[in-house]
Amino acid sequence: MHAKQATHTMLAMHGVSKSFLGVRVLHGVSLDLAAGEVHALVGENGAGKSTLMKVLAGEHVPDEGTITLDGRSHHFSHPAQAQAAGIGIIHQEFALLEHRTVAENVFLGREPTRYGLVDRRAMEARTTQLLTELGELDITPRTYVRDLSVARQQTVEIVKALASDVRVLVMDEPTAPLADHEAGLLHALVRRLAARGLGILYISHRLREVFELSQRVTVLKDGRHVTTVRTRDTSTDAIVRAMVGRELSAYYPPRARPEEVGETRLTVRGGGNTRLRGIDLTLRAGEVTGIAGLQGSGRTSLARALFGAAPFTTGTMTVGGPPLRPGTPRRAIRAGIALVTEDRKAEGLALRQSVRDNALLVTRAVPDRERPPAARELTALLERVRLHARGEDQEARYLSGGNQQKVVIAKWLAARPRVLLFDEPTRGVDVGAKAAIHTLVRDLAKEGLAVLIVSSELPELIGMSDRILVMAEGRIAGELPAGASEEDVMRLATASSDGPEPPPSTDPPSRSDPPPPSAQAPHEGTAPTAQEGAE
Amino acid sequence: MTGTALAPKADRAPAKTRAPRGRSRLADPAVGVWLAAAAVTGIGWIVVAARGGDFLTLTNVVGILQNSVALGLVAVGQTAVILTGSLDLSVAYLISLGTLVAATTMEDGSVVTGVLAVLALSAAVGLANGLIVTGLKVNAFIATLGTAFILRGWIEENYTGPAGKVPASFQHLGYDRMGPIPVSLFLLLAVAAALWVVTRRTRFGHHLYATGGDEHAARLSGVRTRRTVIAAHVLCSLCVGAAALFLASRLGAGAPWAGTEARYDLESIAAVVLGGTVLAGGRGGVAGTLGGVLVLAVLDSVFNQLGVDPFFKNVVRGVVIIAAVALYARRGARRPA
Repeated sequence: MHAKQATHTMLAMHGVSKSFLGVRVLHGVSLDLAAGEVHALVGENGAGKSTLMKVLAGEHVPDEGTITLDGRSHHFSHPAQAQAAGIGIIHQEFALLEHRTVAENVFLGREPTRYGLVDRRAMEARTTQLLTELGELDITPRTYVRDLSVARQQTVEIVKALASDVRVLVMDEPTAPLADHEAGLLHALVRRLAARGLGILYISHRLREVFELSQRVTVLKDGRHVTTVRTRDTSTDAIVRAMVGRELSAYYPPRARPEEVGETRLTVRGGGNTRLRGIDLTLRAGEVTGIAGLQGSGRTSLARALFGAAPFTTGTMTVGGPPLRPGTPRRAIRAGIALVTEDRKAEGLALRQSVRDNALLVTRAVPDRERPPAARELTALLERVRLHARGEDQEARYLSGGNQQKVVIAKWLAARPRVLLFDEPTRGVDVGAKAAIHTLVRDLAKEGLAVLIVSSELPELIGMSDRILVMAEGRIAGELPAGASEEDVMRLATASSDGPEPPPSTDPPSRSDPPPPSAQAPHEGTAPTAQEGAE
Repeated sequence: MTGTALAPKADRAPAKTRAPRGRSRLADPAVGVWLAAAAVTGIGWIVVAARGGDFLTLTNVVGILQNSVALGLVAVGQTAVILTGSLDLSVAYLISLGTLVAATTMEDGSVVTGVLAVLALSAAVGLANGLIVTGLKVNAFIATLGTAFILRGWIEENYTGPAGKVPASFQHLGYDRMGPIPVSLFLLLAVAAALWVVTRRTRFGHHLYATGGDEHAARLSGVRTRRTVIAAHVLCSLCVGAAALFLASRLGAGAPWAGTEARYDLESIAAVVLGGTVLAGGRGGVAGTLGGVLVLAVLDSVFNQLGVDPFFKNVVRGVVIIAAVALYARRGARRPA
């Protein structure tokens, strides 16, 4: 398919290391790229792919290591320098101005001028030329970016990179926000770019497209280079093994025995919204259900939908009673649902308030009229979650990550939930506190709560869950029993969208899709300390 | 390969292609606000005519335009700052101080030194605002409120009342007419045209929009966002200086209340927002702002002719501003559909 076989090394990164706040997220990683090559970069969440690419793009300055482009060594300390050297990066979140035209975006920062004024005509002509070269005849330079589909916005990003004469184009999960047929078009575009002699570094979780597009694959794991192989000499299984190969060493509390699993607490039938489709889900008392999936697969969206923060717009949801109208977190709390969010600092805690105020946040906001919370209960509750704090008056921001998380859990337990949802329960939590949280979660399940855990740490998810639902592209791709292997999970999670699809969603067809999910998609690598430093 | 119990692939219609919609020009606030100005004029004419008056007389129209000059100059400058996502609350006190500096300097020296002194003062205040906002990273609201307090303190310490005297030669700016049209209107039009060219046609203007639209994206594209914000503040203050010169010429002296009595700070922001410029920055422009100024001026004139009480007048102004912004917000929200 590809036009040129790798001829000579154009870009070489050698021995790149990077630490954030003392946590090493890249350990001497090396990578090279030839002109005309599509080089895929794969690895689990937190493997360091995005960090490595941000080093290349000048967004992070490496602690060690060298970058050589066309024989010249570079030290980038600002994105503009990397850009000038010929490195373009297409982020998962587009850096486009919605309310400006395509041409204005493409030439932002380098507008051509004539007699001191911006030469709009030249700008638009050049944009048209670039778009024509790419065969993108449907985009006109005067269109406002906000009026373009996500796929076309991405094309504009690519054109923007091309306009500054890039040699190396980094694409960070470019197909994640795209629908199937759009992904196909993007693949064709990537091939055309490679044929023009660009070197392309292609980060993807979808192994199928990796095999379709790339000449070589590099696998990263825990910030280390695992292997680089020619794509045609390897197999999906080999790549998956290289991605996850690590031992399950941590201790997890014993799973639920069958007799401990009780009545159904929450049911969803055909749940869907802009990010989710055809969700069927049952949560039972005493059981811990794990949700696996790659970033952007809809894991977090599912938790938020159940909690009413971004509710289902189709399907029905019942929580031990009549169907719940989709709605607001407040309604969900009244129904007995609690959500420990992924971003503790922004969504879980009022950092400048005391432990006591934080723990009482929910009960004060949504009071239980029959059983108002007593002060004595609070102390018991904080003991229950084994909080280590200097007292109930200590401000939440001074607690360690683990203790902050315990306060968040206490806050929800005070509301006496029946369904407890955890999104990344131990992100940014040290090892000791992690085990404590795992034990606590299991104890809560034993007491009859229905528990759901979303986690990108596969060992944790497998260790904790009584069954695992794997999500991919907004759907539940399959269910695995307790103790499934990481390979099984990854295989389901990386299954490409070319596979079978669930029944069409009942979304009214006239409504088209929302703005780019990238706006809310969790971004790997931006908070490496939280995720990767945790291990 | 994909897991259990999944139905065969359904033929879904391609969902995501959002073709560029033919956006009605009416949906552009810059056009809408001029239509609104026309509508307000029409309604005013009818209402006044119903009371036996005549709204669209030459004197009245010229009066409306004359009254728009000072606010227009300030609002046009304010537009540049707001486009970058910043704000300037110090304009009212800068006008007051500007008139005082103009009048006192002109009393002893020449008109030229007076003009230069005011422009230098303005540029300095704008530079200070810009540096505080970008360098010290103080929120623009607080930063310019702070400079407003400082200017106020300076004025109250040094001037107890009207001061200085503007020579008759400089009063031509405030009172002369070419035919029926006041000379000062040309000043406004010239400044507005200059700013229109700067925002729409220069690289700086493009960067103004980019910085306000998405500062991160702008910086990643190589835009020097700090400089852009600082320059916008200087530009704004220079426009304010022009307004101060005009008012000094009208008043014949400097006055500590010249800028504050008419509340040019909040009034100018109201005009900008009414003209469709988004307070968060990145969208809007000078043309809309002029429309906003005109709407406010026409409303004023109608109320004056009808002799309504100030309470009712302010209620209507408030309602108009809120309604306009609510309308723009609805449009913005409906956009991705």
